[in-house]
Amino acid sequence: MPETTAAAGAPANGEITAETVQHLAGLARIALTDAEVESLTSELGSILTSIAKVGEVATPEIPATSHPIPLSNVTREDVIADVLTLDEALTNAPDAADGMFRVSSILGEEQ
Amino acid sequence: MNELITLTAAELAAKLAAGEVSAVEATRAHLDRITEVDGQYGAFLATDPAASIAAAERIDSRRAAGESLGELAGVPLAIKDVLVTTDMPATSGSRMLEGYRSPFDATAVAKARAAGLVNIGKTNMDEFAMGSSTENSAFGPTRNQWDPSRVPGGSGGGSAVAVGAFEAPLALGSDTGGSIRQPAALTGTVGAKPTYGGVSRYGAIALASSLDQIGPCARTVLDTALLHDVIAGHDHHDSTSLDFAWPSMAAAARSGADPSSLAGMRIGVVKELMLDGLQAGVNERFQEALALAEAQGAEIVEVDAPHFEYAVAAYYLILPAEASSNLAKYDSVRFGLRVAPADGGTVESVMSETRAVGFGAEVKRRIILGTYALSAGYYDAYYGSAQKVRTLIQRDFAAAFDRVDVIASPTAPTTAWHLGSHRGDPMQDYLNDATTIPANLAGIPGLSLPIGLAAEDGLPVGLQLMAPAFEDARVYRAGAALEALISDRDGGPFWARVPSADRTTIREAGN
Repeated sequence: MPETTAAAGAPANGEITAETVQHLAGLARIALTDAEVESLTSELGSILTSIAKVGEVATPEIPATSHPIPLSNVTREDVIADVLTLDEALTNAPDAADGMFRVSSILGEEQ
Repeated sequence: MNELITLTAAELAAKLAAGEVSAVEATRAHLDRITEVDGQYGAFLATDPAASIAAAERIDSRRAAGESLGELAGVPLAIKDVLVTTDMPATSGSRMLEGYRSPFDATAVAKARAAGLVNIGKTNMDEFAMGSSTENSAFGPTRNQWDPSRVPGGSGGGSAVAVGAFEAPLALGSDTGGSIRQPAALTGTVGAKPTYGGVSRYGAIALASSLDQIGPCARTVLDTALLHDVIAGHDHHDSTSLDFAWPSMAAAARSGADPSSLAGMRIGVVKELMLDGLQAGVNERFQEALALAEAQGAEIVEVDAPHFEYAVAAYYLILPAEASSNLAKYDSVRFGLRVAPADGGTVESVMSETRAVGFGAEVKRRIILGTYALSAGYYDAYYGSAQKVRTLIQRDFAAAFDRVDVIASPTAPTTAWHLGSHRGDPMQDYLNDATTIPANLAGIPGLSLPIGLAAEDGLPVGLQLMAPAFEDARVYRAGAALEALISDRDGGPFWARVPSADRTTIREAGN
């Protein structure tokens, strides 16, 4: 799935280009203006320069911590509880019809 | 100014329990104060006086009927807008959620209501809690009650100013990288980040799930502890919440109120948290506070944490990565804003347009950064490495806590800065979080309390205390002792020194 890699359109050295930002914005579903792309390109470049230092100490023998307090196999009784009613679930929807969320067309004309 | 608003939560609760004051009177006094001063401070995004008064009336009726109520029953509570509430909107400071109203209460809110606390309003914050100044709120900034030309810190500037400006005695906040502790420091108030999982995150609008923690804000250590006791505990709605028999934080604060309790306590000072950019007046007050503790028999121990210098870098990979995933839910379908392009658009273009309009600049910046950090080819180098740094920081803390009982540091390297003065360089604000971020990465508890004013600008300075995971009571015990020493030194509680309107009334109340 090449379209899910941010590396598409990015130089091999990881430098942030306007194309990289455009591509990331597409993945993140945010329509950026040209001015936003320009400022994000320089900001992201400088932020990444600062944060890439994690690589200095993250050696292979160090285990990763995904969660600060280790827990495992958290389970609960398999019973129905605290479910929203249909009305509650739809009450904040921008658009609804026939008890369902209503969305714009899924496919564009060219598809 | 009504004297009810200058009472601490503990004092107000005692008067409520004794029947000297009704919950309605207490609520009305704070609503009046909000009306009077919040145009100047912007601490609140929403109030609903009718809903608050109705809740207070129910408490008064239950008390009149002889019902046994919680210790804080009838005390007003401000709630950071990151927490969903059934009686008021919840926007998390974003246009994306303007007008959103939850069908359920966040667990921390539900527990507060069950304890009889009265929701007095929703407080301002940086959009989705992304920021250190509350300037990133889509609904305008909050201003520091010490000097309205300055920021209150963030993201929970609204909750900090609400308690600091006597608009509420208690407030709820959330702390992902310092959003409770840093605003507490900049506004001269108290705030605590509990051990990760100590308070349920259910109903807290997620920023970075492995870092987010809900916690209490107040003007005193004891009040903060009283609220902590109300909201702590396991919740089956949050699978990361800890099933642990927490001791009473209020009892810990009360036991620490005698400063001689510091005798024999080993207080660690981490060299790496004494940042290069540390303001001189902040350092002076910090060293003085350490000296006060030492005079009580505490032992000050310098400790090393060699990996803390990597904490900010790790944090600004982990947070954007988790945020970019959490904020994917704002898809214009189930809740929140929907903006359609002129031609009607497909669901995908509607989504992109909605997120373009609904998110502010900092939110977009972090989502794009997180999307990058999680993408194939970069995941190991960035997100994976950041998680390893997290391990190293936990090990640094573990080694430090082998030698000391608590760690102390300046909560923030500087006092409150002028609104607008940090614009243009996101990295500057990120680096300012270096003192508070390590506790979030490690999941340990931290508390900030005011220790005086910086000589050069007359603004509040905060001291942060940290303890090992599950040892939240230690920061309350030590915090209450330090608070008592500062109070003795100054001839009155710190909160009474705020130069707001009606200063005389506040001073009298404090003395």
